[in-house]
Amino acid sequence: MAAESVIQVEDLKAAFGGRTIFENVSFEVKRGEIFVILGGSGSGKSTLLKHMIGLYRASAGKVVILGQEVGAVEGAARRALLRRIGVMWQSGALFGSLDLLGNVMVPLEEHSDLPEDARREVAQVKLGLVGLGDAARRLPAEISGGMAKRAGIARAMALDPPILFLDEPSAGLDPITSAGLDRLIKQLAKEMGTTFVVVTHELQSILAIGDRCIMLDKAAKGVIATGDPRRLREESTHPTVRAFFRREAMEE
Amino acid sequence: MVAAETGLDLAWEGSSARLRLPARLELPAVGEAWRHLLPQLDRAKALVIEAKSLTSLDTAGAVLLLRLERAAPTEWQGLAEGPAKAMLERCRAALEGVKPPAPDNPLPPIAALGRSVVEAVRGLFTRIGFLGEVVVTFLGQLRRPGRFRFGELLRHLDEAGLRAFGLTILLGTLIGIILAFQSSIPMRQFGAEIFIPNLVGISLLRELGPLMAGIILAGRTGSAYAAELGTMVVNEEVDALGIIGISPLGWLVLPRLVAAIMVMPVLALLMDLTGLIGMAVVMASLGFTPIAVIHQLQTAVQLGDLAGGLFKAAAFGGAIGFVGCRAGLAAGRGPRAVGDAATSAVVAGIVAIVVLDGIFAILFFRLGW
Repeated sequence: MAAESVIQVEDLKAAFGGRTIFENVSFEVKRGEIFVILGGSGSGKSTLLKHMIGLYRASAGKVVILGQEVGAVEGAARRALLRRIGVMWQSGALFGSLDLLGNVMVPLEEHSDLPEDARREVAQVKLGLVGLGDAARRLPAEISGGMAKRAGIARAMALDPPILFLDEPSAGLDPITSAGLDRLIKQLAKEMGTTFVVVTHELQSILAIGDRCIMLDKAAKGVIATGDPRRLREESTHPTVRAFFRREAMEE
Repeated sequence: MVAAETGLDLAWEGSSARLRLPARLELPAVGEAWRHLLPQLDRAKALVIEAKSLTSLDTAGAVLLLRLERAAPTEWQGLAEGPAKAMLERCRAALEGVKPPAPDNPLPPIAALGRSVVEAVRGLFTRIGFLGEVVVTFLGQLRRPGRFRFGELLRHLDEAGLRAFGLTILLGTLIGIILAFQSSIPMRQFGAEIFIPNLVGISLLRELGPLMAGIILAGRTGSAYAAELGTMVVNEEVDALGIIGISPLGWLVLPRLVAAIMVMPVLALLMDLTGLIGMAVVMASLGFTPIAVIHQLQTAVQLGDLAGGLFKAAAFGGAIGFVGCRAGLAAGRGPRAVGDAATSAVVAGIVAIVVLDGIFAILFFRLGW
């Protein structure tokens, strides 16, 4: 596969009020790959994701998505960029006043000229894809955490964006649902050429779907490992990386 | 006929249609196609979809094709194995077995009225039950006063009281000035301006001071109680407290309730004093010295007026705190729940103090105060 890179992160630094979360983080994400950001709790995985989608401003360095610098685009270019990325939030972040179908229809209403019945059917398909076809009329307050997560993915995919960011997609899901989600992600990556950036610490998920990964570490304030997760598991000599993949408690 | 922008080519042979698909059938083209193609296909008896050149299909495109399939018996030609076909089949599978959602049946008006009455009565009962629980918890805490959260009480005294002082002073002064000024106009016709202190003093001390302080408390603190407790309910913090073995009433409600009761007489007194000062300012502008105003007040107003007003204020504080906490703890789930709780805390709080005020008016009259 001609692997052109769709996301470039260069020397990114995140700091809040003088406290540095990570710095000198650089990597590239290539089209159609499933790129996993991993690390322990508090290592800045979600922070990195929020920098990548432009929600937080970088303290130093930059993020470029599809040739556009995320922090710098404005107006129509920014809208066009937002249309081409989808984000699944850690807790779903569904709009509580709309039912699931309505939630998935929101991006379609904003970014397409589909008539109402077409939007409804597209949304229904998206919910069906994540296994929520029968729950379309439920409100977010009435569904379980796992369902909210899946509905969040359905909403992120509403416009078939070429890049999807998933924040902890399988955390808190049962193994069967989680495996189904992993399969869906792999399928989309393969068939649609969708690029995934996945933040997770679920080992099984990482090994099942990850093409490449980076590992963030709290102590190192940055990236401590890069590469194929399966090879990292076998070959890495870094103590934290080894402990992570073997589920060992670290020696203090 | 060709829909130029979409690249979809529709041709007719009698009543059967033949649709040639472009290489890419994706979201930007689908809206146009949906609006133009579907009405035309109503009269089609058969549809042939030629998908030879189709290579790129997204969900919206697939949904369009599936919708076309439903419009007429469809025959596919040249749909090769590949991403496009996989997409189509995936979407077909996703739509399969989904029952169209049942429309919600609105209740007939009489049944809706009946339901709302039943709910209102039920709500009244749960409020009485909540009041009973609060009283029982309070009595329980009296036996073990060490468990009362004094730190929390101080925090709420600060928030409900000290931080409301500025607003109370402002409103009190303005109300004193306005009352005195408004009443000076008709009083002047009788040359009775000297009785303005009687009028303003009695109305402030007995009624307006406690009521206005109550409105301030309901707006600032009652809503805050409802929002805080409502958020805690939504986050399941209240359930967590209960499971740890701590009564949410003792832990959360009592300090707030006691703070509201303690703070209200102070706010009402501040309201009274600043109102009287405002009145004195207007009187000074009418040519009466402060000494004359004070003398007039002494003859008109008795300690009982002040004490009765402050007692009422404490009762109002209890009502507002109670209503606010109850609204918060009764909050439902979802993002609107907290807003609804805050709104109902303010509305019910103000209604409660006005109703209480009426009850006190009758009570004081019967007691001859």
